[in-house]
Amino acid sequence: MNKKSNILKQAAAYPHIVWSVLFIIAPLIFVMYYAFTDKEGRFTLENITSLAQPSYLEVFLRSLCFAFLATVICLIIAYPVAYFISKTSPKAQKILIMLVTLPQWLNFLIRTYSWMALLEDTGIINTILESLNMQPIHMINTPFAVILGMVYNFLPYMIIPLHSVMSKLDNRLLVAASDLGCNQFQVMTRIVLPLSKSGIISGITMVFVPSISTFYISQKLGGGNFDLIGDTIERQFQTAYNYNLGAAMSFVLMILIVISMAIMNKYSDEDGGVIV
Amino acid sequence: MNEEKILEPKGVTNGLQNEHKKIVELIDVAKSFDGEVVLDHINLVVKEKEFMTLLGPSGCGKSTTLNIIAGFVTPDTGDVLFENVKINDVPANKRHVNTVFQKYALFPHLNVYENIAFALRLKKLSEEEIYERVEEMLAMVNLRGFEKRDVNLLSGGQQQRVAIARALINKPKVLLLDEPLAALDLKLRKDMQNELKNMQRKTGITFIYVTHDQEEALSMSDTVVVMANGKIQQIGTPTDIYNEPENAFVADFIGESNIIDGVMLDDYKAKFSGHEFECLDKGFNKNEPVDVVIRPEDVDVVPVEKGMLVGMVTSVTFKGVHYEIIVDIDNFKWMIQSTDYVAPNEKIGIYIEPDAIHIMKKSEFSNMFGDYSSFSDELERLSDTNEEENEEDE
Ligand SMILES: Nc1ncnc2c1ncn2[C@@H]1O[C@H](COP(=O)(O)OP(=O)(O)OP(=O)(O)O)[C@@H](O)[C@H]1O
Ligand SMILES: [Mg+2]
Repeated sequence: MNKKSNILKQAAAYPHIVWSVLFIIAPLIFVMYYAFTDKEGRFTLENITSLAQPSYLEVFLRSLCFAFLATVICLIIAYPVAYFISKTSPKAQKILIMLVTLPQWLNFLIRTYSWMALLEDTGIINTILESLNMQPIHMINTPFAVILGMVYNFLPYMIIPLHSVMSKLDNRLLVAASDLGCNQFQVMTRIVLPLSKSGIISGITMVFVPSISTFYISQKLGGGNFDLIGDTIERQFQTAYNYNLGAAMSFVLMILIVISMAIMNKYSDEDGGVIV
Repeated sequence: MNEEKILEPKGVTNGLQNEHKKIVELIDVAKSFDGEVVLDHINLVVKEKEFMTLLGPSGCGKSTTLNIIAGFVTPDTGDVLFENVKINDVPANKRHVNTVFQKYALFPHLNVYENIAFALRLKKLSEEEIYERVEEMLAMVNLRGFEKRDVNLLSGGQQQRVAIARALINKPKVLLLDEPLAALDLKLRKDMQNELKNMQRKTGITFIYVTHDQEEALSMSDTVVVMANGKIQQIGTPTDIYNEPENAFVADFIGESNIIDGVMLDDYKAKFSGHEFECLDKGFNKNEPVDVVIRPEDVDVVPVEKGMLVGMVTSVTFKGVHYEIIVDIDNFKWMIQSTDYVAPNEKIGIYIEPDAIHIMKKSEFSNMFGDYSSFSDELERLSDTNEEENEEDE
């Protein structure tokens, strides 16, 4: 009986193992292979070392910086939104969460093009401003537009994990805190924030990782002025046909992400949480 | 803690009503949730140093009353006074009242020390003072050495103590306790009852205690408030509540009682079960219909020929100290507790002393309680075990 169920359990794991090998391990091996070989397939470190030039460093730094800003902005917006949603009735929560994910039902390209139409110098926003006799604002092709695009696209990935921990928060703890003398703000900082730490961590992960590796947003909303890692990698594969350099960049990007996550986890393990 | 039991004469409780100042007062407080009346114009006065218990069946509005005093719920109408000052608009965090919650509501991200220190940290006291007062509290609840423990891994009784220490460290003038012992097993519950009572005496803090366990209410309180259907049915000392219940609900809810339909013929003269009885009650109208309460332990079993009433024994259960006897008298089933054995299906007489008879005015609860015809020991035992299982689930 026991043996049988063990075998069954193992069998149930096979699809996952196959999936992992096919879609996670194999691509990783390819990336490593290309990153550490030259065009003839000989081992080399040149791909990696060639990245240590100012133009690439700038791209990496900018990507880090933009992704960091986008993540922080997402967190600042998503936190109160998620808290508010978690305080509504269960039925309202379902609807509101659906609304949060609604933009994701539209194709990514269409969403980005829509933002172009909104932000252009002669775009919808500026047309409205002009009709109100106000100064037009130059928005497209600025870092602002790029980060806005990231925030817009990845915000739901911050709201959903935050909402999921907050909706499980025991309301009596909040009542107990105010009973012991906390005002509304102190209830937030002393109870809600530390108890939603796990949601903050997964939210940050889910926004930071796609933000740092994203491409296309910057090409369209940044007018090609702000190359990010994702765009540079794309160009190696699509235009320059330098798979080895592209793979090397992917590899370095992966390392960057791993280091960022490690730093965050270290901070979050220390007492006081991520933010405080 | 148990060793330091303070023995005080029982009489203290009665004097309390007059000699102490009012601390909390509810005036004509009403509250509805979704159109359903939960509190129906309640008036209540709580005195300094008083141990007051709100007692009543589930859903009668006990927690809502506490929540209104604590400031978690705003009454629809009526005033809440604290030391004679209206505090309707004072938020919970500004009230000199702390609460011990039913399921403790300890902060899971803080250890025992930090849970207890919580209120002091908000006041930005020095580290030494916080340490001193937390240690004092830990000593009081017998949890020295537990400072670094994770509250999630404590036993129910230990969590309970942390919750009490956390609420008391602020030295509140009033401590609200919402069924604090409900989740503990019987033995632990009895110990904690003693400890709480001692703590209350030692600190002199006013306790407003919610329970639906009548034994707990009677043994711990200075004053018992019996609630039902969002109304206060009776306020009094435990002895008053037991001996002089105001209506059929109170009589039935507190202890066992036979509640019989009767008529007050004249002062000191009542008629029920087809017999005239001498009693100690007066002030009713002539021939006024009344409810008559007779406690099972006040009924004497006598030979048939000496009985005021005669009935047929339908069941007898041995309870250790006494036998519990159900007797059918004119199709009304009485419960009698007697140390003498009688056999089922035997005819017996019963004798009732005048001071064993308590007369109550008719109320909305008349004819709802007090007959033991559906009473079955087995059923009661079944429902008891169910309750215990539920408690374990929680
Ligand atoms: N926040 C609320 N929203 C809606 N209804 C509520 C709310 N709080 C209490 N009630 C309702 O009010 C009634 C009284 O509740 P309350 O908690 O005061 O009862 P209780 O006497 O404490 O009962 P128990 O012994 O079961 O704890 C119940 O019917 C309950 O459903
Ligand atoms: Mg309750």
